[in-house]
Amino acid sequence: MTADKKLDEIKNETESQYGKGRSPMQDAFREFRRNIIGVAGAIFIVLVVVGAFIAPVLTPYDFAQQNLLNNRQKPMESYVITTDYAEEHCHWYGTPMEWGCTVYIAGSDALGRDLWSRLVYGARVSLAVAISASSVSLLIGLIYGTIAGFAGGRTDNLMMRIVDFLYAIPRLPIIIMMTVYFKALARRGVTTGFMGSIISLNKASGGLLFVFIAIGALNWIGMARQARGQVLAYKEKEFVEAARAIGAGSGHIITKHLIPNVIGPLLIIESMAIPGYIFLEAALSFIGLGVDPPTPSWGAMINEGYAGIRSNPHLVLFPGAALTLLTLAFNFMGDGLRDAFDTRLRGRK
Amino acid sequence: MFRFIIRRLLMAIPVIFLVVLATFVLVHAMPGGPFDAVGMRAMPEHIRVVLERRYGLDKPLYQQFFSYVWNLLQGDFGPMFRQPSQTVNDIIAQTFPVSIQLGTLSVIVAFTLGIPFGIIAALNHNTAIDYSATFLAVIGRSIPSVVLGPILIYVFAVELDWLPIAFWGADPPFALGVFPKITKQFWTHAILPVFSLGTGMAAGIARLTRAGLLEVLSSDYIRTARAKGLRERVVIVIHALKNSLIPVVTTLGPMLAAIMTGAFITETIFAINGMGRRFVNSIGQREYFLQTSLVLIYGVLLIMGNLLVDIMYAWFDPRIRYD
Repeated sequence: MTADKKLDEIKNETESQYGKGRSPMQDAFREFRRNIIGVAGAIFIVLVVVGAFIAPVLTPYDFAQQNLLNNRQKPMESYVITTDYAEEHCHWYGTPMEWGCTVYIAGSDALGRDLWSRLVYGARVSLAVAISASSVSLLIGLIYGTIAGFAGGRTDNLMMRIVDFLYAIPRLPIIIMMTVYFKALARRGVTTGFMGSIISLNKASGGLLFVFIAIGALNWIGMARQARGQVLAYKEKEFVEAARAIGAGSGHIITKHLIPNVIGPLLIIESMAIPGYIFLEAALSFIGLGVDPPTPSWGAMINEGYAGIRSNPHLVLFPGAALTLLTLAFNFMGDGLRDAFDTRLRGRK
Repeated sequence: MFRFIIRRLLMAIPVIFLVVLATFVLVHAMPGGPFDAVGMRAMPEHIRVVLERRYGLDKPLYQQFFSYVWNLLQGDFGPMFRQPSQTVNDIIAQTFPVSIQLGTLSVIVAFTLGIPFGIIAALNHNTAIDYSATFLAVIGRSIPSVVLGPILIYVFAVELDWLPIAFWGADPPFALGVFPKITKQFWTHAILPVFSLGTGMAAGIARLTRAGLLEVLSSDYIRTARAKGLRERVVIVIHALKNSLIPVVTTLGPMLAAIMTGAFITETIFAINGMGRRFVNSIGQREYFLQTSLVLIYGVLLIMGNLLVDIMYAWFDPRIRYD
């Protein structure tokens, strides 16, 4: 507490003498705003997030609503439908956008489900994975790496040996086996104990929880290494020494001095890892281990569509395009952020 | 160096052991067994018991594990439950070479595409060429193999009808176990899966090569080399390139993992009879020995890959010493 007060005093004094400075963060954002492609990526991601939130408004049909009489319709082709059916199932029926109920905007899949609705809801899955996997991996990695780096010595050695071990195991096969294990338990209908509560939670999230666990469980190790490296670099800096000299405890140093410095680069690294998480979810869903049907996931939709690619290419091309555009946006944004925050690169252009 | 390799190999043994143990426990912990059903019907109880005894599944788990490890040490990966005429050794002998061929060709494609792209981009830094090369690389990185595979099939196999849709163009037995007979059939079948696996890697390599080369080109020793009056080509090829490839080499390890990841998907999409597809197909079944053995092979591959990276690291950068 006293350390805080003293620091505040010093800060106020300098500010009164030299005026308020720009923090490195503000500098970086200024730099980022100049990067048109990066900003475009960020805007696209925001749009997709908003779209995923207001998905019920954007979609004419329920994503799980089957209409076997009108399966495998081509995009924008009008089809015959009874008034009763449209009245009962179409969200847009009777609105000025009534055409949404006589035309499948993006066609319909093999079970006659509206592909557009499934695409929009599929964004929820990809975004949920992107956000949750990255925050879980960041959180665990940050805590683990900071502890290891700060403690040093034996603790550090032991903790890093564990990370080395995890690094050497083949992740994807293990993730696949874990997901299979979870799914098999869920199919057995285990309802008691810890596993039972997890399984019911998973059911509530449409099978997403298992994907989160599987992806999050093994992806924090890279982040832990990075966090440790950063902490080691900052631990011996003068400002940490100064804080210690005026009597700050370890907790204070970690939360007030180390983490604020460390978190920036880690966020950048994490933002660049997001496409990987999206790929992984798509891959898991593609081999049938992702979300549970009928929850739409772009990877699962590609899997359903690609067997009939000769006659209905749109069933693959639309979810594929959605997946590619989203990862493209994340890549552009990640690259832009890295360029903006990496002070070594700045001004070199 | 030699001692370093030996030490790393010795360190790998406990890792491999733990991976095998974890996988073994995980597969056996799954509810249900390999002989629960015949087709859609439940297997009669007395037959199930006999079959399980035949494969030693009635013994305690630790006994099963140690007999599995004992057999492994003698080179026996164990039996298959669903295809009793084949052993896991047979399956691996059929599928492993195919996966190796696919992976090797993809890595070759990735390097022959990625490095020139990166060099061209770096040499034309901040010009239209650089921007378009970088842009292409980002696109290449952003197309997942789940998407690229079907799109390549659709364009080149379905619409244009230039290349075959699926399957691998060579069958075992291979010369020396891995080398396929190079025929037109082999190449036409290989092109699509190899590119669908190699493009993403090529994009990553191009990016790293560009960044590495830019870093090196602004260093003092390059200025010295230019000041000596060396030709630009000599400066780039002899002096700059080798150092700029160091970051590329570091990604070889993760890349090996990526090949595996991609192989699961790519082999499934192109119906290639490789290890990845075999693994994916065995997911729903309880092929204990097959699954554990394949994870073991992946683990060994990964460790060898990482070791190779460290060795190449020392070769590219003689300042690095491991002893």
